[in-house]
Amino acid sequence: MASLDDLYRRVIMDHYQAPRNMGELADADATIQLKNPTCGDQIQLQMKVEDGKIKDAKFKGEGCSISMSSASMMTEAIKDLPVEKALELADRFSKMLLGEEVDLDDFDDIEALQGVCKFPARIKCATLAWKAMEKGVKESDKVDHHHDHHDHHHDGHHHD
Amino acid sequence: MIDPKIREEFPILNQKVNGHPLVYLDSAATAQKPIQVIEAVNEYYRKTNANVHRGVHTLGNWATDAYEGARTKVKKFINARSTEEIVFVRGTTSAINLVAQSYGRSFIGKEDEIVITLMEHHSNLIPWQQVAKFTGATLKYVPLQQDGTMSMEDIKATITEKTKLVAMTQVSNVLGTVNPIKEVAKIAHSVGAKLLVDGAQSIPHMKVDVQDLDCDFLAFSGHKMGAPTGIGVLYGKKELLEQMEPVEFGGEMIDFVDLHESTWKELPWKFEGGTPIIAGAVGLGAAIDFLQSIGMDQIEKHEHELVNYAMDQLKQVDGFTMYGPLVNHSSLITFNLKDVHPHDLATVLDTYGIAVRAGHHCAQPLMKWLNVSATARASFYLYNTKNEIDIWIDGLNKTKEYFGDGFIG
Repeated sequence: MASLDDLYRRVIMDHYQAPRNMGELADADATIQLKNPTCGDQIQLQMKVEDGKIKDAKFKGEGCSISMSSASMMTEAIKDLPVEKALELADRFSKMLLGEEVDLDDFDDIEALQGVCKFPARIKCATLAWKAMEKGVKESDKVDHHHDHHDHHHDGHHHD
Repeated sequence: MIDPKIREEFPILNQKVNGHPLVYLDSAATAQKPIQVIEAVNEYYRKTNANVHRGVHTLGNWATDAYEGARTKVKKFINARSTEEIVFVRGTTSAINLVAQSYGRSFIGKEDEIVITLMEHHSNLIPWQQVAKFTGATLKYVPLQQDGTMSMEDIKATITEKTKLVAMTQVSNVLGTVNPIKEVAKIAHSVGAKLLVDGAQSIPHMKVDVQDLDCDFLAFSGHKMGAPTGIGVLYGKKELLEQMEPVEFGGEMIDFVDLHESTWKELPWKFEGGTPIIAGAVGLGAAIDFLQSIGMDQIEKHEHELVNYAMDQLKQVDGFTMYGPLVNHSSLITFNLKDVHPHDLATVLDTYGIAVRAGHHCAQPLMKWLNVSATARASFYLYNTKNEIDIWIDGLNKTKEYFGDGFIG
């Protein structure tokens, strides 16, 4: 039986109560707003992408401890990573949540979310921010081709 | 109170979940099924199954009798004038969509208004949004008062001479508000408008008499009253259903078919294209028998006592916020616990075997009005007990402790 302590590890609550990189970027290359329509969680993720590298990332949103701590950890992890590496990390993160054996060496705090795989109803909470990142990378790709544009690009999801 | 022995009729309740006896407080989402319903469906498939309305053979006749027998039970249960007014559909959503697509698109025009309320479930909101988009009609909302009820003044002010249709829930699935449907019917009719009632949260819990309410349409689901999923009912006044075109065409609903023209069967079958939900209807009939054996008045009383007991006990829980009116509140409690997200709360309760709902409850405009992104909801039915409410409240206190004391990790 999955125990609560598998899910709510201290490091998760630390990120939930004191989220890192919370706020907005003035000069974002991508602004993504995503919602989990089944539970109402929502997140705005902004990223600054230069020369194929994620220079900065900030988020704000409303949601449960899992979705918000995951967003906090993710923004820490992807900063200064090449885009491909960030996407690869997202891929491994999804696999971890599905209970697959993956290399966790570079996961740092993120590893604490491993327990989520025992709570299938909560997997979508944990992946929300990562989905936003994947979308954001695609957005910034478009921006890269028209370099001077720093408009906020919103995706098709509804905003509140 | 209903004798807790009734729980023995619900096999699913007699089990442990996550090592604790199941405390099922999510009946507003779907109710558990009594053994009588499970057996009726089982027996139907074991002994009766055949297609209906066409067989010369005996099983075909038995199946038709079982299916139409269920229709008669529904007719009596809601006191419709005739079985022609009872259309079997998939659930509340299909019933409302049927009226929206058929009645809405034919009888509502550009200059007309459709009136709904801010407390509607998405299933009684989006179909009307769509009708408004399709016809150019104006969609209006009756506002809510601070306590989650609507004032008669606001209802009267929103319904005007231009209003063609009023669609309103009888009981809110979030606020627990019980709306004055009978009075609303009078107001709607005084301007020549029709009234559709969403009965999803009322039919399972209280006596509903369509002639007394004088509503024009009533939509409800079987699965919230102990029947299987996939069966529901659209009640409509005969003279309205007669004017309406079917929305699904094909087998079962036709009379004569020619190469370029066809005619429809009479009511209610013209709305039941394709092989109908026979076993579901049989299950619904059994659920009605079961509810009536207890008595709808008894069920309402039982739930009233439960919800009052819960409200009383909850006063002692610090940081507990309840939404909706304090009086005349149906058998559900939508709430939040300070500093704990409802999603986290539901997960913690689940580890104690307590099932509650967390989220926006398919009422996003209402969540916006409440100024919350999500809430939790505990909903009660005839099989719930005061002891279970104690367990739930104990679970809330444990959740607070857990989240308050920091985390072991």
